[in-house]
Amino acid sequence: MKQILIVGAGPAGIRAAKIFVDAGLKPIVVDEAERAGGQIYRRPPKGFGRSAKELYGSEAVKAVALHQIFDKMVQKNQVSYYPSCSVVALANGLAHVLGPDGVFQCPYDKLIIATGATDRLVPVPGWQAPGVYSLGAAQIALKAQGVALGQRIVLAGAGPLLVLLAHQLIKAGATLEAVLDTSPRTAQMRGVFDMFFSRPITTLRGIWMRLGIAHYYRGAVTLREITTDENGPVAVSWLDRRGRLHQSKCDMVGLGWHLRADTHLADLAGARFKRDKQFSQWLPETDMFGRAAEDVYLAGDGLRIVGADGAECAGSLAAIGCLQDMALTAPDPSSYLGRLKRMMRFAKGIATAFPWPEKMIRTLPNETVLCRCEGVTVGQLRETTDWSGPEANRAKSLGRVGMGRCQGRYCQLAGAEIVAAAANLPVVKVGRLRSQPPARPAPISAYVDDDS
Amino acid sequence: MQKGRLIRLAENDREQIPFIFDGQPFHGLAGDTVLTAVLMVTGVLRQAEFGPEKRAGFCLMGACQDCWIWQEDGVRVRACSTPLKAGMQLCSAVPDSWPTMSEHDEKA
Repeated sequence: MKQILIVGAGPAGIRAAKIFVDAGLKPIVVDEAERAGGQIYRRPPKGFGRSAKELYGSEAVKAVALHQIFDKMVQKNQVSYYPSCSVVALANGLAHVLGPDGVFQCPYDKLIIATGATDRLVPVPGWQAPGVYSLGAAQIALKAQGVALGQRIVLAGAGPLLVLLAHQLIKAGATLEAVLDTSPRTAQMRGVFDMFFSRPITTLRGIWMRLGIAHYYRGAVTLREITTDENGPVAVSWLDRRGRLHQSKCDMVGLGWHLRADTHLADLAGARFKRDKQFSQWLPETDMFGRAAEDVYLAGDGLRIVGADGAECAGSLAAIGCLQDMALTAPDPSSYLGRLKRMMRFAKGIATAFPWPEKMIRTLPNETVLCRCEGVTVGQLRETTDWSGPEANRAKSLGRVGMGRCQGRYCQLAGAEIVAAAANLPVVKVGRLRSQPPARPAPISAYVDDDS
Repeated sequence: MQKGRLIRLAENDREQIPFIFDGQPFHGLAGDTVLTAVLMVTGVLRQAEFGPEKRAGFCLMGACQDCWIWQEDGVRVRACSTPLKAGMQLCSAVPDSWPTMSEHDEKA
């Protein structure tokens, strides 16, 4: 029997596993979390008491259904499940998996990559201070730990999570100072059309949430600086759309500009990439079934940013495509295809409404830290570009932006804008950072046998 | 020492778990990550290696690698994805027992 390896147990990975199990196969599922569910349907540790409704709001039914599907497959021994494990490297049908007991090797014939997305970040002067977090971090802290990351919170950026998180924090009793959205009103008006026609109820719910936080919300903002002392942030300075300077006092800042597909493993597995104008990032090229290379299938936000509902469809489709390629009986894909297309139209609307703030990045002051891992500044990258030439990988080799321990996850999109601006080029010309293993830091001890 | 950065908004009814951070005894709650437990009692996790600032984690999903701290025995943990265990001895900097470059040079 062919061995199937699924990386990631979020909405896409779980749905893919279910299709394989229904076809009588037993896939291996490797997931970084202690409990399956992914980020948006992340489960708190066992023993926590809040209801699904409190944790997931309007999405509670979907979240619980997905958790139950997976738990049942594990209970019935229908999947080989490795929680708290990360795939750190893969090549030629062999994955290196880092778990609590070290690294083990996992051979596979077919690979489904459903590694999701991280927050897409833009450097803001001062963002290296303790107490500045991603928006996703603030949501995880609330959902999985029941904590707020500060006493007085400013959220800034763009995208659906900005308003959703503000709503969730207020409901949970946190103190919000301001919600600063960098998206221009015109972009939001353009995007809402696609959003409304593909998912009217979800769109109306978003608008209702926005009205609910109107007291804190400021649109069309340009972020200037996070002022800090030795303990962390004390205020965020920003310009309104008329260019007037404002300050919002705080001790915690959450930043995020929608999402960035985590394509590290897809790259190592041989996927081809294309700069996607809509989502302002490099995304793997696949068909609707996520076929990325021979025996490699991608699904969910790690392929294209379509959200949890789209990820469920894409996960099912990847497994269906894989079954078809193995000449096995597969379910009819048409309902999944129809739904995924609708989700993609919605995602297009979101991407239009909440654009990547290219201009804000290109005009960042030289002293701004660009790479949080190694403290490389925007000015240092501009200087590097003078002698590396305007190519992302060479600028990385010589200037270290993208070489730190996050492996460029949080700096490379902004870094590419800086390099492109220095050479007066469109960002697509600068190229894409090639991914290197390990995808996560792996201690040397994980590779050493106890006996040796 | 700066007071805790985080605020508990829910799930307060959990068993207390003792741990040590930089030599001082504290309590977290069962189900806390190392990051939650430490940042409930102080403001930061560690000193940045490449800048003057301190760090307190960033992504909380195991992607940014900002929150690695030490244990007394020298083994490091990623604080955001490591569950707190009773008796953990955590450090914001390299523990004293750790071999240093100057010791190495002396031996050489």
